[in-house]
Amino acid sequence: MNAVELHRKLERNSGLLIFGILFVSAIGGLVQVLPSVLQDDLVTPGPGTQPYGPVELTGRDLYIREGCSTCHSQQVRPLLAEVRRYGPYSKAGESAYDRPFLWGSKRTGPDLHRIGGKYTDVWQRMHLLDPRTVVPDSIMPGYPWLGERAADADGSIQSKMRALRRLGHPYTDAEIEAAPAALAGLKEVDALVAYLQALRAPAVETTP
Amino acid sequence: MADGTIGERYHDRVVSWLTAFAMAWSILGMLAGVYVAAELVWPTIDFGREWLSYGRLRTLHTNGVIFGFGVSALMGTAFYSVQRTCHVPLFAPRLAWFCALAWQAGVLAGGVSLLAGWNGGKEYAELEWPFDIAIAVVWVCFAIVFFGTIAKRRIKPIYVSNWFYGGLIIVIAMLHIVNSLAMPVTLSKSYSLFAGAQDAIVQWWYGHNAVGFLLTGGFLGMLYYFLPKHAGRPIWSYRLSIVAFWAFTYSYIWAGPHHLHYNAVPEWVQSLGMVMSLVLLAPSWATMVNGVMTVAGAWEKLRTDPALKFIVLSLAFYGLATFEGPMMSIKSVNVVSHFTDWTIGHVHSGALGWNAMITFGAFYFLVPRLVGADLYSVRLANIHFWLALAGTMLYVLAMWGAGVSQGLLWLSLDEIGELSFSFKDIMASMAPYYALRFLAGLIFLGGALLMAFNLTMTGKGRRTVAVSPPAAGSSQP
Repeated sequence: MNAVELHRKLERNSGLLIFGILFVSAIGGLVQVLPSVLQDDLVTPGPGTQPYGPVELTGRDLYIREGCSTCHSQQVRPLLAEVRRYGPYSKAGESAYDRPFLWGSKRTGPDLHRIGGKYTDVWQRMHLLDPRTVVPDSIMPGYPWLGERAADADGSIQSKMRALRRLGHPYTDAEIEAAPAALAGLKEVDALVAYLQALRAPAVETTP
Repeated sequence: MADGTIGERYHDRVVSWLTAFAMAWSILGMLAGVYVAAELVWPTIDFGREWLSYGRLRTLHTNGVIFGFGVSALMGTAFYSVQRTCHVPLFAPRLAWFCALAWQAGVLAGGVSLLAGWNGGKEYAELEWPFDIAIAVVWVCFAIVFFGTIAKRRIKPIYVSNWFYGGLIIVIAMLHIVNSLAMPVTLSKSYSLFAGAQDAIVQWWYGHNAVGFLLTGGFLGMLYYFLPKHAGRPIWSYRLSIVAFWAFTYSYIWAGPHHLHYNAVPEWVQSLGMVMSLVLLAPSWATMVNGVMTVAGAWEKLRTDPALKFIVLSLAFYGLATFEGPMMSIKSVNVVSHFTDWTIGHVHSGALGWNAMITFGAFYFLVPRLVGADLYSVRLANIHFWLALAGTMLYVLAMWGAGVSQGLLWLSLDEIGELSFSFKDIMASMAPYYALRFLAGLIFLGGALLMAFNLTMTGKGRRTVAVSPPAAGSSQP
């Protein structure tokens, strides 16, 4: 039976057509995506990569809420110019605790994967609340409301950490217990700054 | 077979409403797009308001045009064409109404949730888990109505357009369910079941194929029904449509990792993604050739018929975008284009030039037939055509200029190996391109507003006319 005849069978039987489409479209996913999802070393934390603490985790969720990744990537490609501009290139193990990943697809602003430590907390805070006070040409939006609201206004930090623990992030009971205290008194902008300052190449032990 | 057509009517009122909803979403979604384009020129016009902030409004734009405009248009035209190609009224018409209305309610509430900052963080899948579940439920109902109608058809072979609409329904269900798997924390927050590099691979398997099976495959369904109808000629090659359909359905799925070139995912995944993206050029252009050859011989209609003009132009942009895409998936090209506005230009040559134009063409055909009246103004439709073409061209050119300069300037090193330009200076040099893009968006939106006015006037004071399926035994779809 040639292919066109096979097709004639499918186009006369809706059940077979549904099955045919499902089968043909699933092959790519099964061969290409499934092995990657089963490949543990893609999500094995690299040396020096730790789960986010409560403050950084809160900051990261604010980064997602405000859609920062629509304009900022977190993925330094292994190219000379990128390593010069941003720092060491990104490795898979660094993103092991990233749910979702925030590598981004667009750089309207610069990459942020190595932004930690490049500016002071005070600069970051001013820049987030009103970018043009420190970068006059900036086209980034200001986020004044981050300076007004408590970082954990809905008190969800412990449920967040427990949810992540169910997904395999190694938080201890003591860490979850202590989380609300770590966030007490902080504004949203403080948590976001803490997250940005944590975005740096993991410290790797060097032999003397 | 007894003549079952006595008293039987096609369910077209639901189609009329979906058309109206799609038009409303096209205006709203494009308005949000024009606004965020303006924010990149005048960054303070969010006035310090959260819901006007770029990061939230841009998400509303993409979701509004893809899920509001795109899916409503696809659902409406699928309901319209599946009845006519099967010679039966819709299966479970009440369920069809449920799909249509629940989808609108979902997109509306989802849009509000995006402005409120509910964001799952995955591109084109930002809606949080309660919406993900709602989408899955409505989608299953859509499948029941569509395949139920096909199951009770009076014409034995299932027509080409239905293969593509069927592919849209099946594959999007698969992608959406897998990519949305998450651990809920609160009503507005969840964490992806996948982490890091694995999440990236799953997300772009979804993201690229949402483009593939929704924005390409779904709209090819529209093409295969409305183009032959409009040109008054059958599809040029039935055999080519078979080959193109299966090759398309098979190869699209592999192309996602070209969004992750030089990112921290395995090399073989990237290379395979690139090769399969190049392979994809064949079925894409096979379909374009089939479309163009179908119109060939009816060229004289192009002079008088604005709807056909839109459809033929959409084919040209389809050909352009499906050529540009594989080129951008080549790693040495991608090294320049990735992370730049070139990607945005590429997306819009597809979204404006292909998706929006073919939908406009379908609507100019559909609305006068649904209400049994002539188009209110052919002249306005012609003006719309030129605005749409000018807007798309200006948009794409501006983004090519912006994207190629960004890509090259970012990578530029001087003779001693230091960076030639600071990021800030490159960003500042984008201002004229961003201003042109805003203007382009405004022109395109202006055209869409003309269409909304024109079609509203066409349907004013009229009701959807009742159409019966042809008598049994008739073979004309």
